[in-house]
Amino acid sequence: MSSKTAQKKAVARKDMTRWQWTWKEMKRNKVAYLMVAPYMLIFTCFKILPVLLSIVISFTDFNLLQMPNIVWLDNYVRLFLDDDIFLIAAKNTLIFAAIVGPVSYLMSLMVAWFINELSPKIRAVVTLIFYAPSISGQVYLVWGTLFSSDSYGWANAWLVKLGIISKEIAWFEDADYVMPLCIVVALWTSLGTAFLSFIAGLQGIDKAQYEAGAVDGIRNRWQELWYITLPNMKPQLMFGAVMAITSSFGFGGVVTALCGFPSVDYAAHTIVHHLEDYGSQRFETGYSSAIAVVLFVVMIGSNALVKKVISKVGS
Amino acid sequence: MAKLRTRKHKVVLARSRGGDAGITVMLVIMGAFMVLPMYYVIIQSLKPLDELWMFPPRFYVSNPSFKNFKDLFTLMSGNLVPFSRYIFNTVFTSVAGTFGNLFFSSLAAYAMAKIKFPGGKGMFRLVRTSLMFHETVTAICCFILMSAFQMIDTYWAIIVPAWATSLGLYLMKQFMQTGITDAVLESARLDGASELKTFWIIAMPMVKPAWLTLIIYSFQDLWNKGASIYIHSEQLKSLNYAIQQITAGGIKRAGASAAATVVMMLVPILVFVISQSNIIETMGSSGMKD
Repeated sequence: MSSKTAQKKAVARKDMTRWQWTWKEMKRNKVAYLMVAPYMLIFTCFKILPVLLSIVISFTDFNLLQMPNIVWLDNYVRLFLDDDIFLIAAKNTLIFAAIVGPVSYLMSLMVAWFINELSPKIRAVVTLIFYAPSISGQVYLVWGTLFSSDSYGWANAWLVKLGIISKEIAWFEDADYVMPLCIVVALWTSLGTAFLSFIAGLQGIDKAQYEAGAVDGIRNRWQELWYITLPNMKPQLMFGAVMAITSSFGFGGVVTALCGFPSVDYAAHTIVHHLEDYGSQRFETGYSSAIAVVLFVVMIGSNALVKKVISKVGS
Repeated sequence: MAKLRTRKHKVVLARSRGGDAGITVMLVIMGAFMVLPMYYVIIQSLKPLDELWMFPPRFYVSNPSFKNFKDLFTLMSGNLVPFSRYIFNTVFTSVAGTFGNLFFSSLAAYAMAKIKFPGGKGMFRLVRTSLMFHETVTAICCFILMSAFQMIDTYWAIIVPAWATSLGLYLMKQFMQTGITDAVLESARLDGASELKTFWIIAMPMVKPAWLTLIIYSFQDLWNKGASIYIHSEQLKSLNYAIQQITAGGIKRAGASAAATVVMMLVPILVFVISQSNIIETMGSSGMKD
């Protein structure tokens, strides 16, 4: 707290222990606690508590009906040693996240950068074009029509007509095509919040810096990007990374909608699907909590990694 | 020192024609990838039956008709639950969830951004970390907690969790931090205004772009909610769920399901078009420091 308020209360901080000081501050700011209370209460109930509860339940054999027994690490052992489908899911999730996360991140950044110097009206239109698929609900189902298994699907119709294939391909029921197609659809819907944040970040950079850069010998736009633009928007890069990581690991709804559940030969089965399978269909809550915890740890870990990478930008 | 191009004594930024052309080409290619599927849904929804079953499918429509949209209404009236009920469910949960979120999140965001109190920073850090808690990770334990609160199969199961979104508080707090100058608040406090009054009369009008953004994010999220594991009763299910049922009717309903998709996507797109500049302004402060 500022010294001014402290003087007003006529008690100096050095007269008190740290706890007494904190207590005093807490009493003085009662209204602040009142203001955060409703939000924090709901937030704790539906965001923090579920995560903590998952960790606890993952050490039990809870199934929603019987009293749970503590089984310690059994769920995790089973997950990694006894569950082949989990290993497929883990592999798919990693492939998925490793492609969709970075590509969608770079695509957002690139498009935001490309349109930065357009006139505001054109920029608004282009922003809408790129952002629309991510907010339009079920619109990704159109990919099911484009790649439908019969000859009324656009892809099949043209490939047959042009003589490239002789028989229609059942795109979303063929283990060879399911994964690449889902990645394409995921990328199509992935220019979301991070994209908008990048646009705003680029707009917020002081134009004088570019002029100063030109005087200092910046010769092309790549140098400008690396030495001026990116370092200036590091906070947005960080925020965008969190959003991209969360959504690329949590991706699953689109796969279920397009390929059914489970997808053919588990070709596009991700950890999210495995989690839903055990959590809301087989009611093995303990086991599914272990899956959730693994996914959670992976998300936090990759986030820490990406943070390190971004801190190197511009140096 | 590098060669410096100047025009009328003004520094010209380093731009090559080749670079401009390359960027334009890339933008057009990526733009086509984004826009063509969207365009295709709209075209499909306007195609009469004979054009829907044309081989190969066309990317344009010769005799546009609104028959698919009319069919959508006939299909919907055949449901067990009147279709207006699904519309009411989605509109009601979207509106109630959004306004609660706006109120609780900005109240908390203001305290975290503008009042220094023990624990405030820690709470915000927790919210920031929770941006990583994906819905699917928390869903099962949320279900258990909601059963304990007896919220399963009621509107509350959708509405109450929407009142405290991580992204909503995060964006609001970041915007308030830079968007409201402390001097204004200080003078209001000196005039004897209570903290709550300062929040409501002084701070809130200054962060309009942020609340618009919060409203839109929250609304889109709730509007696009499909089948939920928290809701069993047919009469409480969402519009999106009902529309999915129509789409699931198979290829005979290709036209109607395209029409349904168009109807569902129009609302969030329109909302975004109206509020785009405000959202971008809010995003300006979305960055994560440290």
